[in-house]
Amino acid sequence: MELVCPAGNLPSLKAAVDNGADSVYVGFKDDTNARHFAGLNFTDRTFRKAVDYAQSRGRRLFVAINTYPQPSSFERWQRAVDQAADHGVDALILADLGVMDYAARRWPDLRLHLSVQGSVTTAAGIRFFHEHFGIRRVVLPRVLSVNQVAQVAKESPVPVETFGFGSLCVMVEGRCLLSSYATGRSPNTYGACSPASHVRWEETPDGGTDTRLGGVLIDHFDRDEKAGYPTLCKGRFRVGDHTFYALEEPTSLNTLAILPKLREIGVSAIKVEGRQRSPAYVAQVTRVMRAAIDSCLRDPEHYRAEDAWMDTLGSVSEGAQTTLGAYHRPWQ
Amino acid sequence: MKLSLGPIAYFWPRDTVFDFYRAAADSPADIVYLGEVVCAKRREIKPEDWIAIGREMKEAGKEAVLSTLTLVEAASESAAVRRLCENEEFPVEANDFSAIHYLSSAGRPFITGPSVNLYNHRSLSLLTGLGLTRWVLPVELGLDTLGQLQAQRPGGVETEVFGYGRLPLAWSARCYTARSENLPKDDCRFKCIDYPGGRVLATREGQDFLVLNGIQTQSARTHQALDAYDELQALGVDILRVSPQAENTFEVLRLFDAARNGTAARELLAELEALTPAGSCNGYLRQAAGMDHGHPHAA
Repeated sequence: MELVCPAGNLPSLKAAVDNGADSVYVGFKDDTNARHFAGLNFTDRTFRKAVDYAQSRGRRLFVAINTYPQPSSFERWQRAVDQAADHGVDALILADLGVMDYAARRWPDLRLHLSVQGSVTTAAGIRFFHEHFGIRRVVLPRVLSVNQVAQVAKESPVPVETFGFGSLCVMVEGRCLLSSYATGRSPNTYGACSPASHVRWEETPDGGTDTRLGGVLIDHFDRDEKAGYPTLCKGRFRVGDHTFYALEEPTSLNTLAILPKLREIGVSAIKVEGRQRSPAYVAQVTRVMRAAIDSCLRDPEHYRAEDAWMDTLGSVSEGAQTTLGAYHRPWQ
Repeated sequence: MKLSLGPIAYFWPRDTVFDFYRAAADSPADIVYLGEVVCAKRREIKPEDWIAIGREMKEAGKEAVLSTLTLVEAASESAAVRRLCENEEFPVEANDFSAIHYLSSAGRPFITGPSVNLYNHRSLSLLTGLGLTRWVLPVELGLDTLGQLQAQRPGGVETEVFGYGRLPLAWSARCYTARSENLPKDDCRFKCIDYPGGRVLATREGQDFLVLNGIQTQSARTHQALDAYDELQALGVDILRVSPQAENTFEVLRLFDAARNGTAARELLAELEALTPAGSCNGYLRQAAGMDHGHPHAA
């Protein structure tokens, strides 16, 4: 099982490589990738250094170009593909059909992975991208149960990568428009969900905090509660007579408990979410996941998630909570 | 422009569905999309019922299209999508890449629904080469992008735009209606049937924001493209879609019909607003937040 780690800048990339990532994925400093945040990502110069640092140490570098260009901006996505290919990256992680088509024709030898933003959840869907573009890996959305991942992995013509740790999308990726409904900007069109440009933190008369996105109240925190970032699907809302986390609690995905199962069903790569996180996060999570995967591969039958690993991952999780997400559903 | 009735997104009792399509037969709709696109657990209407309804629509002079499930997870769901794509009687609206694979690999022409991400000309051309005959503009794209796409649209492809209805915004493994009733999804007791227009989710200050419809999340406001009617027509849009709502669907269809028969859209807007329960929006068409109201005549 390959460990694929995120890097939003050069220090994070070094942290990932130095702590045991097999592969690191990055993006360029624009809206061609789904972590289009201020101060994040790579320019041509830092990108060259990233490729050199990873590859000279025997690790692979992937580039996420996984948003959806519209006609007027399509050339920017083409340039991103060319730039990555010119630097000799190990794979592109793509979502859009048109970008996929361009990359497959212009760079026929370059490895293409279907991004989670491509929103494909079935073996038939994977077959489409394999037949037309020769993709060599698919990253599965976080909506599938372990049994469903097993079924897809068994029938898929290419290896599957699944998320192992990090912030959790409860909606199927690539087809969630909640963010643009409130702000005009979505992961698909802009490369960011619940963008900071549309966030407001307001102190309330009772000493608490209101958090807003595009003017919409996402949550209210009392004076003694720690206010969280207003990611749209992780707010508290009212449905009927109840006010609660109607869509999802602020929590992170953590698969340490089921690593042997993921290995057994044929998952070939484990991805860590968090290009927007700090180098310290990348270092800590990479170190834990490396140790866990090594332990799991060495002796899957006696593997157990160590308390120290769980504590470390818990400490860098949203709301300091973790979940197995959709993986643990016994039912459809 | 033609008018279509989109697939019913909600879980309605069997009799309600049959009554709805009896009314559709006498409505101004030219095209009727049929099938369960949200949740495979909803089984009030069986595949053979949809076929029977499709035949009735054809007899009434409509084009009937079968729509596939949008988020396909279980093997049984894939198999159902495959069977639907193998039918030879009706054209199929593909709502995910499983369906696109089944249809294109069999050399069958197909239509893509609003949740298939066609954001640029290269994507559109590629699928056209594989048998795409009609596509629905993804709902978050605006008139600017639509105009660019129409200018480069391959020959022989029809463009359909989501014209009226609560917007389909997201799909999940989790059932939010069950969750709102404090029930697990595997014991959902088919609660969606109690909410024929979905269940409203409001902010803590009482603003209606979203609508929970099983595993689907919709907008609370109703998207309407009626006040962009002239622009859509000028851009060469072929079809406007009215998404079935719990109430007033056919009254709304008649307003769109009046627009295509020459009544100025702005004269119809007040009546449309009166038929729209939580108020309307159409920001997406104006490159703004989807929940906003665009200002066509000021633009």
